[in-house]
Formats: sequence, C-alpha cells, structure tokens
Amino acid sequence: MDAILVRDVHKCFASVPALRGLSLAVSENSFFGLLGPNGAGKSTLIGILAGLVRADSGEVRVCGHEVVRDYRRARASLGLVPQELVYDPFFTVRELLRLQAGYFGLGRRARPWIDELLALLALEDKADANMHQLSGGMKRRVLIAQALVHRPPVVVLDEPTAGVDVELRQALWALTRRLHAEGHTLILTTHYLEEAEALCERIAIINRGRLVALDDKDALLARHPYRLLCLTLDREPPSLPDPLRARLVERGDCQFTFRLDRHGDPVGAILDQVRALGVEIVDLHLEEPSLEEIFVHLTRESA
Amino acid sequence: MINWVGLYTLFAKEVWRFLKVTTQTVLTPAVTALLYLLVFQTVLEDHVEVYPGIGYGAFLVPGLVVMTMIQNAFANSSSSLIQSKMNGNLVFVLVAPLSSLEFFLAFVGAAILRGLLVGVVVWAVALALVDLPPVHSPAWLLAFSVLGSAMLGILGVIAGIWADKYDQLAAFQNFLILPLSFLSGVFYSIHDLPPFWERLSLINPFFYMIDGVRHGFLGVSDVDPVLALTVTAGSTLVVSALCLALLAKGYKIRH
Repeated sequence: MDAILVRDVHKCFASVPALRGLSLAVSENSFFGLLGPNGAGKSTLIGILAGLVRADSGEVRVCGHEVVRDYRRARASLGLVPQELVYDPFFTVRELLRLQAGYFGLGRRARPWIDELLALLALEDKADANMHQLSGGMKRRVLIAQALVHRPPVVVLDEPTAGVDVELRQALWALTRRLHAEGHTLILTTHYLEEAEALCERIAIINRGRLVALDDKDALLARHPYRLLCLTLDREPPSLPDPLRARLVERGDCQFTFRLDRHGDPVGAILDQVRALGVEIVDLHLEEPSLEEIFVHLTRESA
Repeated sequence: MINWVGLYTLFAKEVWRFLKVTTQTVLTPAVTALLYLLVFQTVLEDHVEVYPGIGYGAFLVPGLVVMTMIQNAFANSSSSLIQSKMNGNLVFVLVAPLSSLEFFLAFVGAAILRGLLVGVVVWAVALALVDLPPVHSPAWLLAFSVLGSAMLGILGVIAGIWADKYDQLAAFQNFLILPLSFLSGVFYSIHDLPPFWERLSLINPFFYMIDGVRHGFLGVSDVDPVLALTVTAGSTLVVSALCLALLAKGYKIRH
C-alpha cells in the first residue's frame, strides 16, 4: 500500500489553478522530496494531504484513507510540520504537546511519549517555558514534536530548515534520518536542493501545478544529459578552438570547466583536443550534475 | 463515532485559555457591569419603578448579569478563533481528527462556561450592593443563561471564522452584538417604550433571553417565559445550523 496516493487532483483558488491534474504516489517508508519553484503547488498539495485545503476534484489518500470521507484515519496517519513558526502564545511547550495529543484522542497515555519526544528533541529544559520565550530553532523543534505526538506513520516537513542555522540544520537532518530509519515515511519540501539530494531517495518535481518529474534520486540525476569536465593545465593555452570554446562554462587561472553531452562528447576526444594545444593536463575530474541543475533544467522545460 | 478525548481537550484548552487571563476575561467585565449598576442605581433608584415592589437596582441586576454573560460568551469564542487564525496556530486543530460538530461543541461549551462564570461573579458582587430578593426560579434562570450564552458563543464562532482581521470582528461586535444587547430591555421594560420601539424590540431575540433571565431572577417579565424560551431556543437552533454548515464547508478555515 502507498503511504500517499494522489490521483488526478485539481485545485483552483478563485480562478487561478494551483494543481492541474496532479498524480503521484509515495511508497511506505520512503524518504520523498517534493520540489518545485514558488507557486508550483507544493503547499497546496500538502494542505490537501493534511485536510487544510480541499481539492476541487481527484482522489487523495494517506495510508489508504481518503482524506475527506475517512478524514479521521487519514489525519491520524499524518504529522505535519508547518513551514511558519506558528504557536499558541497562551501555553508552555509541554502543555502544547499534551493538547495536541489530546486532539488526536490520546489522553494521559501519551505522556511517556511526550517526555521521550522532549528528550529526543533536546527540549527538556524548555518543557515548561512559554513558546514566545524560545529561539526560532527551539520553536522549530516544538513544531516537529507536535507533528510526532500521535506517532503518525507519515511525516510531512514543509521547508523545515528554512532560515535555521547550520547546527540546527544538521540536527534536523539527523532527526529526519532517524525517523526514516525507524520506519516513518517522510515527505520533505525544501528550497535547498542539496538538502533533498542528501536526504531523499525519491523526488518529485512539480511546476505550475503539474508533475514535471518523479523518479529515484539517482535515476533523476543520471537522466540529466550533461556532466562537467574540470581541467587544470600547466599553463594558459594560446587560444581555444571553436569546439572547446562552445563547451566552456567556466575559466579561471589555468582552470577550465567544460560542459559535455553525456552521450555525444567522449571525454577522451576532448582531452585529445586540449593536449593538441601543446599544454599538459595537471589535474582533471568529472562532476555529475547537481539536483539544482536538473531542477532548473526541468522547470525551465516545463515553463 | 465521537472523538470524546479530542472534544474534551479542545473544550479544556478553550477554558484553560480564558482562565490564564482571568483579570481580562472575568474580573474586567464584572467591574464594568458593576460600574453600570452603581451609576444607574444611584441616579434612578428613587425615580424609576419598572415593576411594582421591585427597586430599580433589583430590576437592573438580571439584565446586567445576562448582558455580561452573553458579551463574554461571544468574546470567548470569537477572540480565540480570530487569534488562532491570525497567529496561524489554528492549523493544529484543523489537522486533528476532529469533526465540525466536535469543534463546535468545544468552542460553544467553553463560551457557555465563561458566560456563566462571569454572570455568577457579577451576581455575587451585586448581592453586596443591591437588596435582591431570593432567586425566583433557578431552573428558568439556568435554562436562559445557558441558552443565551450558547447563542452568543455560536455567534462568536461565526464571527471568528468570518472575520479576516480584528477590525472586522470589532465591527461585528460593535454594530451587531452591542446594539442588540443594549436595545433588549436591560435597562428598561419594553412596555415603557413608544409602540414602534416596543414592536421593534419584539423581533430582537436578545430581548427574550434577557426577559427570561429576569423572570428566573425576579418572577416578573415582559412576555410569557414559555414564549421567551421558545424564541431563545429557536434562535439558538438557527444560529447552530448556520454555524455547523459553515464549519462543515470549511468556510474561511479550510481553503
């Protein structure tokens, strides 16, 4: 069974389409990245999954439960870490977690797990502090604890590392990896593509409400037709012939980066052309394209 | 199946919220009501007798009690919702497996409780200032107090989900709730009004709940308490239906 199933979903706000027949599936226990430029429809899709937004048409299921007809089980299966640092200013961290557990039908029996969550997220010292006394990073941890308080099998993290410092980002990465290792399905939206590249196994790219790509990360990376050849030469060549100049993307002090077609530009032929200039190759390496390049390539194609 | 724990938790949270700021939510409205009482009683006690044998202060107390109750019931649900919407923390309730009915019952239940609590405080302090007869009928009093607080708590939910900013909520409160509660016989009997205004008062549902509470306190009223109860209950049912329809539709909260 898929953790998330989205089938032909349409959603318009006023007359502006946000999702246009979007379909995708997220398998259980996967670490799934949902990428797209601003306005692509990511937040709308997450809102529909969490019951905050209602689709105009189509089918959406969380762990097999349809999000409108079977909303109780669908919502119990999902934990949402919202993008904004939102909180109720009347309550302390522990009180908020107890309230959140209560909304999900868990009473006192959730308390040991709440204590565990406070420890897991290094919030024990702040358990009795009011939210407005906490730093942004601490507030972010509380949001994660709130999303996990009912032990949902699927956790959606909507740009969890936006605006956090490096240390917290590393801590959040470690936490998400741990949740994934413990069997949770994780869905991550992020603007930091290196984050998706580091964490996600499978990636969907959406643009203008449509699915642009959906594949395993490695397959997605391999799908890109280009790679970069980086050379360090012993001295500056007099001039580059046209075939090399056409492929040159960056030039530094005796350093040259050429963009090569994965299938049409054999590395050996390029190296022969460089050597023919009468220079020695001191160092060389190949760089595979980053997710960022693929993202730009695909979203530009679909625009 | 009802999510009883979820319903109770949301209700408890709404109660907890107003108990955390009792100076603002309980004491301030009580003091305001008592200031009305002191001013009007001092000026009018020797000049006005609305019902034979009942002093103006004693006439005024039930009206002030119910006016304070309904205004606070309205404030409880409306302010909580608008704050949650503006802060964005309403999302935590919306993602939970709570039905529209559970959401409704929790918010309205807490509004009723705050209304009753503030009403009791106003009444208790008024006892020290005014020579009040014993309560005529606790059952009528309780019925009208609960229904009145419920109706205004429901209107508070409607206003809270409708309003996009505090300004709109203030307009709802100042241009609808306040006039309806002031022009409902809190300070006078509608029989003392000119015929046009008396007839107009009869289409104000707030008049019936205030008249009913006065009947519960003093045993005197402008209209038959059964009629008052029927109108109050009917009005509460109508606003309940409207509120539940809006919640089920997700009006302005689920986009």
